Amino acid sequence: MSNSGIDVPPKGGFSFDLCRRNDMLAKKGVQPPSSFRKTGTTIVGLVFQDGVILGADTRATEGPIVCDKNCEKIHYMAPNIYCCGAGTAADTEAVTDMVSSQLQLHRYHTGRESRVVTALTLLKKHLFNYQGHVQAALVLGGVDVTGPHLHTIYPHGSTDTLPFATMGSGSLAAMSVFESKYREGLTRDEGITIVVEAICSGIFNDLGSGSNVDVCVLTKGHKEYLRNHLLPNPRTFVNPKGFTFPKKIEVLLTKITPLKEKVEVIEGGDAMEE
Amino acid sequence: MDLDLSAPHSMGTTIIGVTYNGGVVLGADSRTSTGVYVANRASDKITQLTDNVYVCRSGSAADSQIVSDYVRYFLHQHTIQLGQPATVKVSANLVRLLSYSNKNMLQTGLIVGGWDKYEGGKIYGIPLGGTIIEQPFAIGGSGSSYLYGFFDQAWKEGMTKDEAEQLVVKAVSLAIARDGASGGVVRTVIINSEGVTRNFYPGDKLPLWHEELEPQNSLLDILNASSPEPMNI
Repeated sequence: MSNSGIDVPPKGGFSFDLCRRNDMLAKKGVQPPSSFRKTGTTIVGLVFQDGVILGADTRATEGPIVCDKNCEKIHYMAPNIYCCGAGTAADTEAVTDMVSSQLQLHRYHTGRESRVVTALTLLKKHLFNYQGHVQAALVLGGVDVTGPHLHTIYPHGSTDTLPFATMGSGSLAAMSVFESKYREGLTRDEGITIVVEAICSGIFNDLGSGSNVDVCVLTKGHKEYLRNHLLPNPRTFVNPKGFTFPKKIEVLLTKITPLKEKVEVIEGGDAMEE
Repeated sequence: MDLDLSAPHSMGTTIIGVTYNGGVVLGADSRTSTGVYVANRASDKITQLTDNVYVCRSGSAADSQIVSDYVRYFLHQHTIQLGQPATVKVSANLVRLLSYSNKNMLQTGLIVGGWDKYEGGKIYGIPLGGTIIEQPFAIGGSGSSYLYGFFDQAWKEGMTKDEAEQLVVKAVSLAIARDGASGGVVRTVIINSEGVTRNFYPGDKLPLWHEELEPQNSLLDILNASSPEPMNI
């Protein structure tokens, strides 16, 4: 940065130029950026005797703020393949949507059910090409003609094939539950219990994970997406009086618009006529 | 120490390839680490390239997986075009071409080993940078630093299949004892004219190499132990 024409070789040790710049900016009143966008999540998957069970928490965070208390982290890839995503929410959504449509086109082209390894290769090639800048850490699970499969995919493009897997900031808490409780040949109910315990341990012990538990059970020819399977964090202490205006304000008109539509289905009714 | 779960996965590793009379034995540990967290304690670092050629991977997990995927694809085409199984030399050279041309972007050390009818069992080491070197035995990964002296002393020409496999298992377990980035189980692959055999040695069956430390029950035992005799000149 110096104006001298002679090249000065760099001195060893630390360089504090940016600290001086930060001090100068702070004196001028510029706020330093607040905490990084910590991507918190607990996502898990395990293989049981009939297929694969995936689980996820439902908290989305922006720094210290929970921006979505009930988001969906288990993404659809194919009728027999689902993918949990941890990391930057935009990256996981975009990459799973993109590969999901590529799989759909491939199904039209081949006329066959999609295989988990196809989704795996498409995802890993994409993530490797972006050298880790697409911050998506995924747990991919599904059942196809070759059997049940569970894979983890890391942001740099490496993959692992495992009988049980956890990812996200709560992965250590969830992995401790799996390591003590997992065994081969679990039944569906045992598997769901262990998955729920693992996600709960992430929800209660990791600050980046919270709210509810989503579970997805994939077996041959059948899938069950159990959205909000468990709600361990209900909203308690709701004020029974509701909202009241301060005394001096006169209410002129009350109009209540329900946010959820109520649709009434009438059985029978007249047949349609031309 | 901060747990950086978004650090790239590296396989701080121990990988070994050894020739014997009749074929080769490849061996590896099974630990994949992200910083200080073990992301996969049972990974398989010995990957198949063709029916008769396997590669041991070390370094960045993503880079080594991609290189072995590309080489498997090229070798498959090559086998179809050639009309007979690919040789170990061709497989190793394909790996070398990818590693050398992309040396600025890749961080992976590989050991290619296999058996073909022209040259028999061969081991080729392809370290960082992309040199190719044909060796009677090759070691790689972070744990290999602890094995150079061991191999200088223990390796010999013309071993039998069982001797070679025992040597590989012993060497990997020695490296696991000293290298924090290696651990888990020991996997071996034996390739010869008859085919390929995969073996698995679980971590609790391996020797620990801690026999020289006597367990001490309490400080009192140490204090009461008699002091050594004064030296006499």
